[in-house]
Amino acid sequence: MSKEEKKVNRRDFLFTASYTVGAVGIGAVIWPMIDQMNPDKAQQALATTEVDVSSIEPGKSITVLWRGKPIFIKKRTSEEIAEARAVKLDDLPDPQKDEDRVKEGKDEWLVMLGVCTHLGCVPLKDKGDFNGWFCPCHGSHYDVSGRIRKGPAPTNMEIPKFEFVDSNTIKIG
Amino acid sequence: MSEHEYVPKSKAGKWFNDRLPLLTLGAHLTDYPTPKNLNYWWTFGGILTFCLITQIVTGIVLAMHYVAHADLAFASVEHIMRDVNYGWLIRYIHSNGASMFFLAVYIHIFRSLFYGSYKSPREVIWIIGLMIYLLMMAAAFMGYVLPWGQMSFWGATVITNLFSAIPLVGDSITTWLWGAYSVDNPTLNRFFSLHYLIPFLILGLVVLHIWALHVPGNNNPVGIDIKKPSKDTVPFHPYITIKDAFALLVFMIIFAGFVFFTPNVLGHSDNYIPANPLVTPAHIVPEWYLLPFYAILRSVPDKLGGVILMFGAIFILFVLPWLDTSKVRSAVFRPIYRQFYWIFVIDVLMLGYVGAMPAEGIYLVLARVGTIYYFAHFIIVMPVVGLLEKTDPVPMSISEPVLSGGAEPSLARKVNDKV
Repeated sequence: MSKEEKKVNRRDFLFTASYTVGAVGIGAVIWPMIDQMNPDKAQQALATTEVDVSSIEPGKSITVLWRGKPIFIKKRTSEEIAEARAVKLDDLPDPQKDEDRVKEGKDEWLVMLGVCTHLGCVPLKDKGDFNGWFCPCHGSHYDVSGRIRKGPAPTNMEIPKFEFVDSNTIKIG
Repeated sequence: MSEHEYVPKSKAGKWFNDRLPLLTLGAHLTDYPTPKNLNYWWTFGGILTFCLITQIVTGIVLAMHYVAHADLAFASVEHIMRDVNYGWLIRYIHSNGASMFFLAVYIHIFRSLFYGSYKSPREVIWIIGLMIYLLMMAAAFMGYVLPWGQMSFWGATVITNLFSAIPLVGDSITTWLWGAYSVDNPTLNRFFSLHYLIPFLILGLVVLHIWALHVPGNNNPVGIDIKKPSKDTVPFHPYITIKDAFALLVFMIIFAGFVFFTPNVLGHSDNYIPANPLVTPAHIVPEWYLLPFYAILRSVPDKLGGVILMFGAIFILFVLPWLDTSKVRSAVFRPIYRQFYWIFVIDVLMLGYVGAMPAEGIYLVLARVGTIYYFAHFIIVMPVVGLLEKTDPVPMSISEPVLSGGAEPSLARKVNDKV
């Protein structure tokens, strides 16, 4: 009786070991099949863009392409900055100070991803109820700081990683 | 499944059939006992098979001329339209074929809803059908991206961004779907690959769908179980094949009407503008067959909530056989449910209409009312009406109402009693 039990245990071990090795093997094969769909080296290589912003007048903005997405670069007037900073945080669905959305000492420069945080459309400038941007797809209104004020978008327009290389050049990414 | 085993007449046929019983399968499909009272709503299975084959054949031909690259796709579609011999015809059949496919599948689904074809013992047929429907939507969406026009690009952007609503991993999943940091060339490439794959998956599921159908046999307009074969059934060939063929002919006339006289009426003119990642079209709408779900998505003022309700609207159909508590299948004998059924039909049509309109004012109100009714129909109406409703008497057999010259079952019973 005890001999038989021992045999069964040995077989159980072999089954479990085989299943485990099999599962690891399948996992090792499946992961490359999944990961191949992530952005490749060529896509990652496009990860930084330098932009010359010397020709932008106060109150105007330009749109540049970074990683296939539009980046809004706006040189704001002092009135626009004052307007953005006068907003009470309680009025914002995604509370964030205007100061936290710009570089210190470069408060006139708003650099943000021109992509609606709802479903990815490009909002139109100088439109909407808050003197900022308006997304035509599903009606999200953004203010002069690119913060969501009204509509289905859950968060403010994203600020990408960027820095001033010199006073006229912005490096995004 | 025939009562008697099929034996081929020729010696060669017998030799082959002993090794691979294809001839037995052929005989089964020919003799397959079918309820004799099937009406024209039952011809859409055959029509859908035709649609699938049409899409596969025209799609394979289009792939011989199409180039799946962000810089070349738009031009290659124009090349098909202008240079390739009969390219315009093949592309218009393929693009309108998608719409005709959905038209037929919606009629097929609503027929099932009316006559209770999803109910026991046909739940598996229903679920396989829904899987086919989901794959059809995926194939149609990816196919619409391939011409790489403005609607292609922004449709792809909006739909893939639905996945960014998933908490924590949403953005990683979206990037993974794109293969880039936005909808770009890698996205187009993989969509083409999957668009080519899906029809063959659908074909496999269609085989299972028909196999599962041939186990219990067809439901029928009175929705009762019948003996097969019996005086209530007719052989599939020639009775059903000829009826299906006639319905298919009428369907093809309508199909050809779209292809030859108004091939772009179901599309959107913005898709004849090449894709531009910097400009979103002012008014983006999906193709007509996805509009009810789009209306549900937009009716919710919350991103994740909208996405959950939209997918929920489809996935709730999978548990429909267990939400419907009525023992009677056909709505013909369900006076209360029948009325709710038609309200539901109107509700879905209304959602489709408001899905095409701007999401504001009265349209937003209608979309919200429509969404609430959509879910209430399945979660409240179906279980409750099934329990409370007093159904009309159901005939004992199909022959009964047919022989009495009307669908009035009580009358039929009286006539039979006298005889």
